[in-house]
Amino acid sequence: MKPPPFGYRAPATVTEALDALAAEPSGKVLAGGQSLIPLLNMRLAAPAELVDINRVAELDTLHVRDEGVRAGALARLARVERSAEAAAVQPLLGQALRHVAHPVIRNRGTVVGSLAHADPAAELPAVLAVLGGTVEAASARGRRTIRAAEFFRGPMEPALEPGELAVSAFFPASPPRTGTAFTETARRHGDYALAGVAAVVTLDEDLRVSAARAGYLGIAATPLVLDLTGAAGPHGDWRAAAAHVRERIDPETDIHAGAGYRRHLTGVLTERAFKSAAAEALRRAGE
Amino acid sequence: MGTRIFGEPVERREDARLLTGRGRYLDDLGRDALAAAFVRSPHAHARIADIDVSGALDVDGLVAVYTWEDLPGRVGEPLPLLIPHPALTHGRTGYPLARDVVRHVGEPIAMVVARDRYLAEDAAERIRVEYEPLPPVVGIEAATRAEHLVHDDVPGNVGAVLVQETGDAAAAIDAAPHVLEFSLAIERSASMPLEGRGVYARWDADDGSLRVYSSTQASTSVRAAIAARLGLPNGKVEVVAPDVGGGFGVKIVHPWPEEVLVPWAARLLDRELKWTEDRREHFVSAAHERGQLQDVRVGFDDAGRVLGLDVTIRHDHGAYTPYGIIIPIVTSTQLLGPYKIGAYRAEVTSLYTNTLIVTPYRGAGRPQGVFCMERTMDRVARHLGLDRADVRAANLIQPDEFPYDQGLIFQDGRPLIYDSGDYPELLRKARELIGWDGFDAERAAAAGRGRRLGIGLGVYVEGTGVGPYEGGHVEIDTAGRVHVSTGLTSQGQGHETVFAQIAASELGVPIGDVHVTTGDTRRFGYAVGTFASRAAVMSGNAIALACRKVRGKALRIAGEALEADPRDLEITGGVVHVRGDPSACVPLRTVAVLSNPLRYAFDEEAAAATQFAAARPVTEPPVAAGDEPGLEGRDYYSPVRSTFAAGAHAAIVEVDPDTAEIAILRYAVVHDCGRLINPMVVEGQIHGGVAQGIGGALYERMVYDESGQLLNASFMDFLMPYATEIPRIETGHLETPSPLNPLGIKGAGEAGVIPVSAVIASAVEDAEGVRVDAMPLSPDGLYELRERAAHDPSLRVREGARSL
Repeated sequence: MKPPPFGYRAPATVTEALDALAAEPSGKVLAGGQSLIPLLNMRLAAPAELVDINRVAELDTLHVRDEGVRAGALARLARVERSAEAAAVQPLLGQALRHVAHPVIRNRGTVVGSLAHADPAAELPAVLAVLGGTVEAASARGRRTIRAAEFFRGPMEPALEPGELAVSAFFPASPPRTGTAFTETARRHGDYALAGVAAVVTLDEDLRVSAARAGYLGIAATPLVLDLTGAAGPHGDWRAAAAHVRERIDPETDIHAGAGYRRHLTGVLTERAFKSAAAEALRRAGE
Repeated sequence: MGTRIFGEPVERREDARLLTGRGRYLDDLGRDALAAAFVRSPHAHARIADIDVSGALDVDGLVAVYTWEDLPGRVGEPLPLLIPHPALTHGRTGYPLARDVVRHVGEPIAMVVARDRYLAEDAAERIRVEYEPLPPVVGIEAATRAEHLVHDDVPGNVGAVLVQETGDAAAAIDAAPHVLEFSLAIERSASMPLEGRGVYARWDADDGSLRVYSSTQASTSVRAAIAARLGLPNGKVEVVAPDVGGGFGVKIVHPWPEEVLVPWAARLLDRELKWTEDRREHFVSAAHERGQLQDVRVGFDDAGRVLGLDVTIRHDHGAYTPYGIIIPIVTSTQLLGPYKIGAYRAEVTSLYTNTLIVTPYRGAGRPQGVFCMERTMDRVARHLGLDRADVRAANLIQPDEFPYDQGLIFQDGRPLIYDSGDYPELLRKARELIGWDGFDAERAAAAGRGRRLGIGLGVYVEGTGVGPYEGGHVEIDTAGRVHVSTGLTSQGQGHETVFAQIAASELGVPIGDVHVTTGDTRRFGYAVGTFASRAAVMSGNAIALACRKVRGKALRIAGEALEADPRDLEITGGVVHVRGDPSACVPLRTVAVLSNPLRYAFDEEAAAATQFAAARPVTEPPVAAGDEPGLEGRDYYSPVRSTFAAGAHAAIVEVDPDTAEIAILRYAVVHDCGRLINPMVVEGQIHGGVAQGIGGALYERMVYDESGQLLNASFMDFLMPYATEIPRIETGHLETPSPLNPLGIKGAGEAGVIPVSAVIASAVEDAEGVRVDAMPLSPDGLYELRERAAHDPSLRVREGARSL
């Protein structure tokens, strides 16, 4: 479990990083290294070059605005998890981050790195997807903004072109009278979830459900977003919403759980998450 | 005992070193050594058609590549079958490097030596092996069907059929008022020490000698194996087990292919060479354990007393049998546990499969045997509508029945005779600790709140301290330091502490003066190894006996110096003094000086022992006939048979009615390992054992697919529990001394792991009302059980139903 030979560059600016990626398009970006380093050590990845962005200070940012939270490519998971400002604007971030692996991994791993890894079993892709967030990508050719719905193309397959660097991710703020919840079931604390759901509920002024959206991890090749507004109805029949979800999804069997259990579990977690999110929406509506 | 240090919770003396990164593990040694890496089979079963190493030759830093063709004489012979047994009629072992056929994924085919491990892996990756795939045999059912054979010359894939029998079980069952038949299953797991295996060898060409460091549980036997394979006398091979980061059984197997190949190549190349196993290698090329299918037939009376028990076990031993059939022997004997079974028959068929070898892992066949017996006790109780603990109590051996002969032959080749114990008291204490008798109300109250709780228990007996022997050497130097050495090895158990406690107690010296060395053939050449919960019993007693020799000599010499009768002397605080007269004294360091008559004084202390200073009669030789210079002693302990520890565990679990997740709310252990040397160390052993047991009960399995690929060969997918998965463990002790050894102790190393699967199965079954016949049990597995039981009432536990 030693990596094969690779070139190594440690740029100090985004421009230098983009130049490095342009010069070696098959290069891989090293940020927190919590996924890439194991892949290298197991020789499942053999990039010609690593472009280590850890010295690029301009990427070590976390901007919290009224409209949302923008995490730079070096914003560590732990920093976002502990940010009270970020939680105030978009509570789902912190709710989900607590489930990401273990504290030592969150100290190193980055928000953008987790998104760019595009593991469908990971928490943050589901969060970005359900919130309708975006990823900002830069290359020597210029910058572009990629919507979550387009960003996750397949398992471990982000919509980043060779030479492109994901420089930040944007998570829109929670609207008024909106509650969120994140629930997952993992075999051990910190494991990838057998199934998980990020729930977002918005109430209208009469406290009826006006929007109910769920982001799922671990049950499809990419984060799955379902609009459950109709299935739940204005009074929030979350059991009916869960039944609807069970019919809509088509999870796979793997070594940790069968498809039948995953389907069942996803329904249970849907109901639990939405009950919690709806209660939170109600509380916030009363503030 | 001179002081109270024996039996006290003395803090572990090794911890400061081990917990602050100052341990010295295999990979901490040999920083400049060349590195070895291995090409291992990606196929479960294949013929090797060709090996082409040419692609590796241009890797910069490559030193050598070896395949079987390169191995001379005994180096290339099949690995030894360590423990032959008459029932093992078709024992087979692999070659250090595969010769023509590979029989499991991970079997070594070529060894690459390079400047470092990175380059060695680069080169290994470029070696092309051409395989002709053969049909793989994966799993016990496929092995039994024997449509394909793992070894051409082993019909039916059967390596051994072992029968253990006392009385006529079939007749007893047929005559019994009640009979039940059922099947049970336990999946594979593995020891998984945090530190993998590793070997580091250096050849001294001038001296013609070899020094080998190995992360092993048996350094003396590794030495013997290397010496034999390399044609060296034992005296020219030193094997040292440095700090070892856990073994749990897997490191008792020896010699591993790498333990032969690395020293051989180090000598051939005259270069230091090291191999450090990585985790992926460990998963596919070390060893696994546990996998068994059991068919049970039991006959019992109205009180739940078992009149006859007939168990047919199919045991998966993997591709080879280097460690013989120890696991089947242990399962089939220890299955009886603390019970008096009217008549018993066990037949174990040990089967070849194209999977990794199966060798003892902490518990070594006992968890499977106890699972079988304890599931049987629960079945009997449920069938009769009796309390599960009461049924166990009705079958227990009573305290006045020891020694109790179970009528079988144990793993040491000696009769299975329990030396001592108090099983009813163990069970009573466990019931009390967990609150067994009030639990019905607790369960009902929880059910009223929509929560599903269940309680379970398990009782077991563990044969510990198997022979043939261990030795101890004790030397007191002229600075008053006490050097204790024993040949068996340490993997973190706390030997440095408990052996020092024994020596300090026996000699009357401060524990701080005692220095313990284990597993180093330079210090002690004769030993067996650390396994079977034997270190404390075997080496502990040997060290005590050696200390008694040293003490006797010290008192004799001090008596001469003090002109006192040795019988009037005692030792406290490292000083020999006349009982009742502390002023008439001589420190042990001075006794050490006096014990060694000198011509040359190298320091002030030594001057006291020179020929013009020592007050010895001029008519006597300076060293008396039969005496030896120096204040040291060596002795061995060799027991007539094993000593039997025992315990009772109980747990309360909660299952989630929706997600089928299983949480352990409480876990209680009552344990009896005879006299306790250090209750804190024993509790630590229990905690670690229970944690491994919980891993086996709820998390760990080896997921082989049909082609023999191990699908979860990483810590991401092989789910060892974290600390977050382990509940607080409540412990109680009972001490029934063993009459078999001078210290009255029994082994404690494996105890914690043994009944855990049985206990958790019992508790989950109680919570769910659904039969649990197979472990481990995941949420997914419990969900499936619920689904099946919803359509099949026979899978539901019949609470309170009395058989007609």
